[in-house]
Parts: sequence; structure tokens; C-alpha cells
Amino acid sequence: MEGEAFYHALKITEAACTGCTHCMHVCPTSALRIRNGKAVLNEAACIDCGVCLKSCPQRAIIVEQDDFNKIFQFKYRVILIPTVLMGQFPEEVTEEQIFSELHNMGFHYVMEVDKATGIIADETREYMKKNAHLKPFISSSCPAIVRLIQVRFPSLIKHIIRLKQVMDTAAIYARKKFIDQGIPEADIGVFFVTQCAAKIAAIKSPVGEDRSSVDGVVNMDFMYNKILLALKKNKDKAVVPVPEQYHLPPESINWTLTGGEASHYDGRCLCIDEIHNVIEILEKLENDELPEIDFLELRACDHSCAGGVLTANNRFLTIERLHKRIDIYRKNNYVTVNKMPLYRDFLHDQIQLTGEIHPRSIEKLDENRLVAMEKMQKITRILEVLPRIDCGACGAPSCEALAKDIVQGKAKLDQCIFRQKILTENGQITPKESTELLAKIWGKDKLNKNKKDKE
Amino acid sequence: MEFNYTIERGNFSGAGVASSNIKKVLKQLNVDNALIKRVVIALYEAEINVVAHAWEGQIHVRIKPHAIEMVIADKGPGIPDIDRAMQEGYSTASPEVRAMGFGAGMGLPNIRKNCDELNIESKINVGTTVTMIIHL
Repeated sequence: MEGEAFYHALKITEAACTGCTHCMHVCPTSALRIRNGKAVLNEAACIDCGVCLKSCPQRAIIVEQDDFNKIFQFKYRVILIPTVLMGQFPEEVTEEQIFSELHNMGFHYVMEVDKATGIIADETREYMKKNAHLKPFISSSCPAIVRLIQVRFPSLIKHIIRLKQVMDTAAIYARKKFIDQGIPEADIGVFFVTQCAAKIAAIKSPVGEDRSSVDGVVNMDFMYNKILLALKKNKDKAVVPVPEQYHLPPESINWTLTGGEASHYDGRCLCIDEIHNVIEILEKLENDELPEIDFLELRACDHSCAGGVLTANNRFLTIERLHKRIDIYRKNNYVTVNKMPLYRDFLHDQIQLTGEIHPRSIEKLDENRLVAMEKMQKITRILEVLPRIDCGACGAPSCEALAKDIVQGKAKLDQCIFRQKILTENGQITPKESTELLAKIWGKDKLNKNKKDKE
Repeated sequence: MEFNYTIERGNFSGAGVASSNIKKVLKQLNVDNALIKRVVIALYEAEINVVAHAWEGQIHVRIKPHAIEMVIADKGPGIPDIDRAMQEGYSTASPEVRAMGFGAGMGLPNIRKNCDELNIESKINVGTTVTMIIHL
């Protein structure tokens, strides 16, 4: 949709950004450019995957979060936590302690968000049965993947399963539960501890629904620090047991790890994590090069949600802890529930996506095919004079990206340092003009610094 | 706009480069997804035919304002009976090719289904030229 505003939790801190190009080179949708020595984001192309943040050596890319005190705007506060949060802590920290500290922070009810995976799995099975003609089904669990498909693979939108996020399902459930207990709806605030930026985008500007059922977010790294600090402070006090502590079935604990979701379904399922791997498979799917596949579990992060950008622990250690958690539950035969039987029909109606998942291709050069064709011919001609080494010195990730920017009026050919050399040698621009051109991309400071070094 | 590709005999894993490339171009031209799919399928099938049957081949794609013209010309054994080759399930593929999951006799029928115009010229032991046109 033209002109639509997209909320992105990922923010570039200008003061910290040195324009080092790391982010620009790894972005899977070519959404970043360097201007004036700083990384600049094309909001329409960003899918909130967080690859840029992971690559930034300056920690200049951050994930904006709500003010924690926002929770106190609500009289009755619910916190939804993903199992990955449990995996952040060393084994000495017990689940009881984590639940208890969340209560101490001001939450009345702590719910593991993955409790809602049982009903999502049932609903997904039903959806796949009803819509067999839309095979292969693509999981809608990872919001970055949904956005990737919107901008780069719009022809595959129809394969995305039209069900709400697990966190929304959990939020709807929790809210309904407390409304039924007589708490006024306006007093209930539901918050989600997020492992990634994409979930924040899914809450602030959801796709396929008008608004998310989650009222606010707490970043996982922030929450991790807060819990650890509280545990240190209260280390001599006895852990206060909380009423809602329950045990998740192993398959729910596993849900956000690679293969965890797909293991619920019959047929041929592929589980792919890491965004570039996902792009590879979506290209094949679009080309009709894949054999008959029933279900695709696609996640943007390496090792799925354990590798989320806001996690504090190493993803392999997180996975190990969660696997241990499953072993302990199995060994002790903990009674587990994840189906929410009392609210089954209510949730069935609530978690269907009612809105459209709009295509918003960033690939097309123009709405009008003939204009697009002219532009493409220009791109081909421009590429002939560019060095094709993708050095990034022009402030674009590749020669091709620069050529596209030029025909879209967003860049000039003389941004290329090879072109500048040629122009200078031919006497078409002065060395000073060439330096000025560079300063526009890289900022004056970088060029001044070199002068100082010489002195 | 014109694009050229070379096809190698027996290189099944290398097939699909042309169709994948043309797909990327058509996406940038804001061509309808369903139409892109027809182009990709027709081109891929034609490419596979050359890989499976011929000695070597060339793909020449021209994107014109109102049509995509794809010419796949190979040096190879030729098609003795084009009408029969157009029948679903009819195949002369070798056991080796079939063992690789190709040669089900759906190539040419699939191409015909997806093209607006199709012309096949073939000479025994010289080669085959397939011209496919899809209207934009």
C-alpha cells in the first residue's frame, strides 16, 4: 500500500552510528543506505528481522520499547512470557523464582505465552484441512517472515496461514478469563516479553488484523536484567509461591525452537531458520522447484526464537536449558494443559485473521509496466559503467542497488568512487568536488580525520 | 530487453537459472504473479528438455512491451514425431533421466498449457527450436 506508515521498533542511534556499512551489507531487503555518514532506513522495505542490529559493531541499532511504568496505567496486569525467557537463565535460577519475581514487579498474573500453542496447533490443523488448495502452508508465527513475503514474495501471500499470533491468542485468552472473573476490561493490561523486534512490530502495526490484543511490550534483555537484579536483592528471602504456576507440555516448550511447530503436523514439513536460508527456499517455492510440501515453518532468526535479537543468553545454551526443562517435566510426569478447553469456541472465533495481508512489493520499479521497462533498460545501461564490485563506497549495498536508486531519483551516478576517478582524470570535476561528493555520503568528519592524521 | 543463457547437457542441477533470472526481472516490471508463474514453468520445462535430450542449447529471451518471447534452440537428436511428443505421458527420456525424476512426458504438454503461442521446429540429428510467446 502506497504511503502507508510502518512501525519499526528498530531504531538507528545517530550519535552512535559511524556509517561502517555492516548493516547495509547484510540487510535481506536492501533497506539501508549511508547518507551523511549515518545509516538511513527505508521504512517501507524494513521487515524488522533485526539482522542489522546483530551485525552492528557500534551497538548503534537499538530496539525501542515501551516505558516499563506503562504497566501501572492498568489496575490488573498480565505478563506473557515466552519459554525462551526461561532459557536465558542459568540452571540455578528456578522457574518458581522467575514467576515470583514477576509478581514482585507488579504483575498479577504470569502466563507462559506458549500455553496457547495447543489451540493454535489444533486450529492450524483445521485450517489446513479446510483450505487444502492453498498448500504449501506457511506458518504465520514469525512476523518478520510475514513481512518478508509481503515485500519480496507477494505471490506467496495466499499460502500464509490466516491465524493470529500465539501471543495474541494468549492475550485474548487471559483478558477473557479476567473479564469473566468480574474485572472490568479497561482495567486489564496485557504485556508481552519479546525476544525480537518483529514481535513488537506485530503488536504496534499488526498485519491482517486491526489491532493486537497485546497492550505493550517489555524487551527480553531488559526483563532478564530486571529479574537477575531482583533475584540478587532477594536472595536471602524465601520464594513466595504464586498460584498460577503450571507446567507446559514438552511440545509447547519446544514450539519456538526450530522444528517445534512443524512437529505438530502430518505430511511433509520443512523447518527453516535464518532469514537468508528462508529467502533461498521461498525463491524455490516461487519458481515451483520444490517437491510437494505440506507445511513450511519459517523463522527469521538463526536457531529460531532462541536466536532472537533481544535475547541475553547464547542461543545454544538457551536451547540446552529448554531441552533439560522438557526432560525434567517428562521424568516427573508433570500434568500439563495447553488446550484452554473452556474457551475453545470463543478462541476459535477470535483468532481468525479478518483483514487482508497486503502485498507491498519493493521489487517493482514502477506500477506501470512500460515505465518499469524503461527504468530497467536504464538500470542495465548504468550497470555497464559501474565497476560491479559492490564495495558500498557510494552508500548503497551493491552496484545494482545504486543503479536502481539512480533511476528512482534517490542517488546520482557520481556517487560511485570509480566514476569520480574517471571524471577527475578527464577534468570533468575537480579533486575538491570529488571530495565534496564523498562528504555527502560519508560526512565531513571522516574526510577531516584523514587530514588530521597527516598533520 | 534481451537475455541469453547457455544450457549444458545433463546438468539438471544447473537448470532453472534462466527461469529464476527472468522471474526476478518480471517481478521488477510489476508483471502479474500468475503470468510470471506461466513464464517460469514454460521456460523451466523447456530448459529441462534440452538438458535431458539434447547436446547443447541456447535460450534467448526478449521482453517486449506486450509480450515475452522465449526461443530455446538446441543441437540434438531432434523430435521425430512432434504430435506424439505433445501428448501427456509420452516420453523418450532415457532410464538415467527418469531415475533422476524427470522424463514423465509432461514437459511439452505443460509448455503448451502455459504459452499463448508455441512453435516447434525440429530436424532429426540436427536439433530443435522451440519458440514460446506469452502475452503481457
